[in-house]
Amino acid sequence: MARINMVQAINLALGQEMERDKDVVLIGEDVGKDGGVFRITEGLVEKFPDRIFDTPLAESGIVGTAIGMAAYGLKPVAEIQFMGFIYACVEQLLSHASRIRSRSRGRYSCPMVVRTPYGIGIKPPELHSESTEALFCHMPGIKVVVPSSPYNAKGLLVSAIRDPDPVVFLEPTRLYRLIKEEVPEAEYAIPLGKANVVQEGTDVTVLAWGSMLHRVLESIEGFDAEVIDLMCLSPYDEETILNSVKKTGRVVIVHEATRRCGFGAELSAFIAEEAMLHLKSPVVRVAGLDAVIPMARLEDYYAPSKERIIKALNKVMEY
Amino acid sequence: MPENIIEKFEIKHLQILDEKGNADTAILPNLSDNDLKKLFELLILSRQFDQRALQLHAEGRLGTYASILGQEASQIGSAYALEKTDWVFPSFREMGVYITLGYPIWMLFQYWTGDERGMKTPDDLNIFPVSVPVGTHTPHAVGAAFAAKIKGHKTAALSYFGDGGSSKGDFHEGLNIAGVHKLPVVFICQNNQWAISLPREKQTASKTIAQKAYSYGFEGIQVDGNDIFAVYKATKDALEKAKAGGGPTLIECFTYRMSDHTTADDASRYRPKEDVETWKDKDPLLRLKLYMQKKGIWTQSYEDDVKKKATEFVDSEIKKEEAAGLPDSKDIINYTYKDLTQRQKKEIKEIA
Repeated sequence: MARINMVQAINLALGQEMERDKDVVLIGEDVGKDGGVFRITEGLVEKFPDRIFDTPLAESGIVGTAIGMAAYGLKPVAEIQFMGFIYACVEQLLSHASRIRSRSRGRYSCPMVVRTPYGIGIKPPELHSESTEALFCHMPGIKVVVPSSPYNAKGLLVSAIRDPDPVVFLEPTRLYRLIKEEVPEAEYAIPLGKANVVQEGTDVTVLAWGSMLHRVLESIEGFDAEVIDLMCLSPYDEETILNSVKKTGRVVIVHEATRRCGFGAELSAFIAEEAMLHLKSPVVRVAGLDAVIPMARLEDYYAPSKERIIKALNKVMEY
Repeated sequence: MPENIIEKFEIKHLQILDEKGNADTAILPNLSDNDLKKLFELLILSRQFDQRALQLHAEGRLGTYASILGQEASQIGSAYALEKTDWVFPSFREMGVYITLGYPIWMLFQYWTGDERGMKTPDDLNIFPVSVPVGTHTPHAVGAAFAAKIKGHKTAALSYFGDGGSSKGDFHEGLNIAGVHKLPVVFICQNNQWAISLPREKQTASKTIAQKAYSYGFEGIQVDGNDIFAVYKATKDALEKAKAGGGPTLIECFTYRMSDHTTADDASRYRPKEDVETWKDKDPLLRLKLYMQKKGIWTQSYEDDVKKKATEFVDSEIKKEEAAGLPDSKDIINYTYKDLTQRQKKEIKEIA
């Protein structure tokens, strides 16, 4: 077992799955010789020269091509360089990928993965820090997965590649090289749709995913908090959330995306519908501001800070 | 420094069978008398299907339907060139393609009643369900062709779209990727001159749609889309080229939408009647009939017999569709993912 970062863990998962299943192919911009803009696919084209393809700069074409590949019988993993570039693929995802199984009543399916880095933290130009996961959670037929560590990135990506349905796999750019941890070389898969109780607690349930999980963990000192890493947003693990909420009676949801219609809205509504009588306080969301994601100099004001999370925790405890 | 011409292209228009039923024997594709009869019978059958679909719609028994009237040669001629192993990605006006490939007609009716079961392609066919989104299915054929190439299969993919679809961004992205990777794919544009109310000349300032292929580095050809021989030959040649590693081809079938856009449209609002009249002389069925007559393999009694059989067959397929009954309401949920989610397990009980 080696201590590796998330970039290396994703690279390892891709390489191992390509080794295991010759139908796994990679397509995207600069994924070949360049190894991708974040070097996620580094070294893979040398090992699998006939199964990694640099495409023209055409995000919708990439996803559309992946759909055809998947229907034919391959397991394509498409890379979209940044989440801000995936909007061109909404038609392909929502009007085609999500519906092919239903449209053909199961004759055709679309077992593909669309990987894309998301979130703030690397000081890039505009549209490179997006966190619009809720868009894709609103698409029945699509699964949405967000890893938060090198270990779960590997296991979740393996499951995503083996999944019989289309998966949008959102990689938190801020975490790519921030954390190193022990990641087994051996094959393992983390099932999609199951949340991870990162830390048990009795007073408040904190729901988070991706990079915000770490900000939550930095903020809970002094609180008896139960921290749940959703890992898979669509479908999400209703059971684990409910069990925790029934135990603690208090909920704080933390996400980087803008509050309005963010995924926290779904979680909050779900909890209100299913566990209202267990609540000791209203559900509180700590989210991105109701504004366009700013560029680097202001981004720390936009995303939930440690202070805002602590304030929310105090609010539900003191209610 | 002088300016040099660094690229030139020429666009061919292919016609083999003219409106009077005269064929250019020098380029006539190799089709036996039996093939000719099959093509004639498919033209009749498709037209019968189309007419019955329009009637059923008028009776309120079918939902919105997009007629293929006038475009039968483009559809049957191209589909007849396919092998069973080839993959087909149609748009929403390709019932003639489905019928030529042997797709169960009762399922086509079932689909147009508003029932997804009709698009559950039988296992021995590789035709995709109808794509309602215009033009954005073009890259799917590119992906299937890419997959066939990666797997080393001698298979081609064929994508159908219209003149309207050629304006979409995904048309460009799909054809561009296909050109760069030299994929075994054939793009068939049924240029029927109208995208709902927009005439072809307002769709693109290009003289032809075929010429767009040259900007992606492969060949484009315009064929008389009402000439079943020209469509068949161009498609067959393109498929052979694709399977031999020669890359993609764009075929523009120059045809005409004789009907409204769909049953929800009224073309008289924007289209002069005289236009439609002039195209009646170019009818694809008429010219094949004239050719076969000259060849001595058409008689009135033969045609009457073919029409009678087509009518009976289509009627029996309608009965078959009616006998299939309503879909299971649980199917709304069942085909979202392979396995039900936690939420869906609850919802499926609620709708039962």
